[in-house]
Amino acid sequence: MTVRTAAFRHRVRRSAPRPPLPLLAVAAGVAVIALLPLAVLALRALEGEARTLDLLLRPRTLELVLSTAILGAGTAAVAVLLGVPLAWCTVRTDLPGRRLWAILAIAPLAVPSYLLAYAFIASFGPRGWVADLLAPIGVTSVPFLEGSLGTIVVMGLATTPFVVLATGAALRRVDAATEEVARSLGDPPLAALRTAVLPPLVPAIGAGALLAALYAISDFGAPTILRYDSLARAIYTQVRSAFDRAGASALALLLVAIALVLLWAEGRARDRSALRQPREVRRRPAPVPLGRWRIPALALCSVVALLSLGTPILTVAVWLGRGLGAGTELRLDLAPLGDSLTLAVGAALVATTAALPLAWLIGRYPGRAAALAERLAWLVEAMPGISFALAVVALTLNLVPMLYQSLAALVFAVALRFLIQPVGALRSPILQIGPHLGEAARSLGDGRIDVIRRILLPLLRPGILAGAALVFLGALKELPLTLLVAPTGFTTLATELWDSAREGFYAQAAIPAALLLAVSLASLALLVREQEAAR
Amino acid sequence: MVRRPAAVLAATLGLVMIAGGVAAQSPAPSAAPLPDLTGRTLTIYSGRSEELVGPLFERFTAETGAQVEVRYGESAELASLLLEEGDRSPADLFFAQDAGALGAVAAAGLFAPLDGPTIAVVPAAYRATDGTWTGITGRVRVLAYSTERVTPEELPGTIVAFTDPTWKGRIGWVPTNASFQAFVTELRLVLGDDAARAWLEGILANEPVVYEGNTQAVEGIAAGEVDVAFVNHYYAIRLADEAGGEYPVANHFFDAADPGTLVNVAGAGIPASADDADVAGAFVAWLLRPEIQAWFVGAESEYPLVAGIPADPRLPAIETIRSPLDDLGRLADLAGTIALLQEVGALD
Repeated sequence: MTVRTAAFRHRVRRSAPRPPLPLLAVAAGVAVIALLPLAVLALRALEGEARTLDLLLRPRTLELVLSTAILGAGTAAVAVLLGVPLAWCTVRTDLPGRRLWAILAIAPLAVPSYLLAYAFIASFGPRGWVADLLAPIGVTSVPFLEGSLGTIVVMGLATTPFVVLATGAALRRVDAATEEVARSLGDPPLAALRTAVLPPLVPAIGAGALLAALYAISDFGAPTILRYDSLARAIYTQVRSAFDRAGASALALLLVAIALVLLWAEGRARDRSALRQPREVRRRPAPVPLGRWRIPALALCSVVALLSLGTPILTVAVWLGRGLGAGTELRLDLAPLGDSLTLAVGAALVATTAALPLAWLIGRYPGRAAALAERLAWLVEAMPGISFALAVVALTLNLVPMLYQSLAALVFAVALRFLIQPVGALRSPILQIGPHLGEAARSLGDGRIDVIRRILLPLLRPGILAGAALVFLGALKELPLTLLVAPTGFTTLATELWDSAREGFYAQAAIPAALLLAVSLASLALLVREQEAAR
Repeated sequence: MVRRPAAVLAATLGLVMIAGGVAAQSPAPSAAPLPDLTGRTLTIYSGRSEELVGPLFERFTAETGAQVEVRYGESAELASLLLEEGDRSPADLFFAQDAGALGAVAAAGLFAPLDGPTIAVVPAAYRATDGTWTGITGRVRVLAYSTERVTPEELPGTIVAFTDPTWKGRIGWVPTNASFQAFVTELRLVLGDDAARAWLEGILANEPVVYEGNTQAVEGIAAGEVDVAFVNHYYAIRLADEAGGEYPVANHFFDAADPGTLVNVAGAGIPASADDADVAGAFVAWLLRPEIQAWFVGAESEYPLVAGIPADPRLPAIETIRSPLDDLGRLADLAGTIALLQEVGALD
């Protein structure tokens, strides 16, 4: 055991008092609820008996595990390479139009990965509109990334905002002194970045990268459209063409096992750098002048925004234009917008409410109980959508049949699916609150409620809003749960978009797609405004 | 080659037969009164897209008064949902895009038998042997070809011939498509796994262009990227209609009983647990009414399965199209097909 981990353990033991019972009860509740879908998967996998074992032991399963690991690692790498510089440029520098770029850097969260994949093919594919556009000037082929590389790029672009958000939040907590000391020692800005700025960001970058990797390995839409052979896609094939729920469940457990390995790796990275975590910001550093780096920084911001936001928006516009040109009659149906908002707002409220005590436990009373509850919430996020949805069906029918296919069950299931996101968003602001803040306020005569209302809530507000926004956006894009668990007749913008696009009715798909993008972008703009106001 | 004239002849004969059929045995069922189902509710799990069948469900409500509640999804996912729900499913009816999904639910014993006389209007080949589900409309596997770069005389009557090097670089296909995979399953059943593998390898040796969907494959022919593509029959027709009639792609039907010929169906079954099996049964009967079968022809260019209803005038009659399989239920072994496609490298 190294000296550092020994010191860390010692520190944890001393600074981790026993958590109060209500908090432990909440954590236990979350842990049990998160365990249930995993238990359903395990039971289903066992039903397959020898056949399932054959499926797991064939050579192709190993290939799938490898390709899935590559997809997860590749996506995380792209997301970190793009996300960390974007976060730094939009939080810490004098980049012109910084606030707009800050919105654009997280705006890809508004774009479902399957839409981004469609957009990449529709734009850069051999028959895409970019090729059409360039044909008159003699350009006949456009570089198009297909297969492995294309999927990793698309998933990386789709998940870059996770890294931007996590890193950005951590950058806002960097104390001016740290950077100034580094620079006063004669380091140029880039070296200061490496020696003083980056190390304390490692846990945040790690958390963002983890979210990106888990998103990529559990996603089915983009890998299918771009033909990447991942485990999640094999699970869908198993469900779809072989109707083999046992096999699908076994493969889903394998995916969860990969997620466990990723969690373990991220946990180690976080432990190592725990000592360097800044606790309180005494003074905010002045923005770093970019100087001659201004042009490359602007180029990076705009290329990423064009690829991850520009292509889907232009593609939707092209669909709409072609449809109108061909005289397609377009229906504007607002009911799916209402259903989408009901689901997204409900899930955001439930998830954020459940996340608060959990994040408090993790932030204030780190220990086994907190770690277990957090990991289980992560694993729910890593389950492939179809497996999670079918598990929710089985659980609702067996435990609360009254709630089967009810709005309440859907909202709770979606909230559980995205629970880890508000937990992550709240962890940092909770760490920032000094342990004696509440005691000081109470000693001045404030009641418990007053302390929460006047002191805690304002401090946690940015984290609460960011967490709620992440769930809201995730719920807007969600497909498998909505399709299988929602009340019959409940249609969201995402299900409308999917229903039209799968039959090739792209013009009709353009309307829900445009509404989905508009609602998501508006909520992101509000989020960024809040974060900037909090500075 | 003389195969194409044969197809034209078949098509002409078919049209003549239909015309004769319409004249001789005027479809009496259209006169049957519509049931009054006011106040009843029908819960449908629809694997067919809302874009396609939404207007149809509205029409059922308008004509019978029954309220229709629909859950849309992929056929296979809804089949999985029905399997998961078992005897507690709220569904009164499963309307699926393909026979495989219906077969999976039937194999789990979750369907109740349909009313015999109602489904007797559908040829036995297009419904379950045990009467638990019936086809409603048909889709035929064809070869779409460029009318600009290919003459009908060049087209072989068997799909097996496309492994010939003369087709190198001229073929488009969609290995991820469920209908294509159903065709490969048929190929395996008819010719055996080894011959199916040899065919796939032969096509791969001809460097086919891979498309992500049938629509894109047919558009690829129109754009000059490939000369032919293995697709379902309605894509060339839909795209021609969209383009206002003039379209440089036509359908070629393979010979009767050729492994390239496959008639797959969209169909319906009623779960044994249905709350209102009567209204579901009435809906199945309604789908098989002549005017609704005709609606499927007009709206989607699909094949009607009830005798005496003419198909799209650009298509040969379904009676002239014979798949080498007599039981669609045998197409259930998709897993073996996927494994084969992966083995030869057609699917990654």
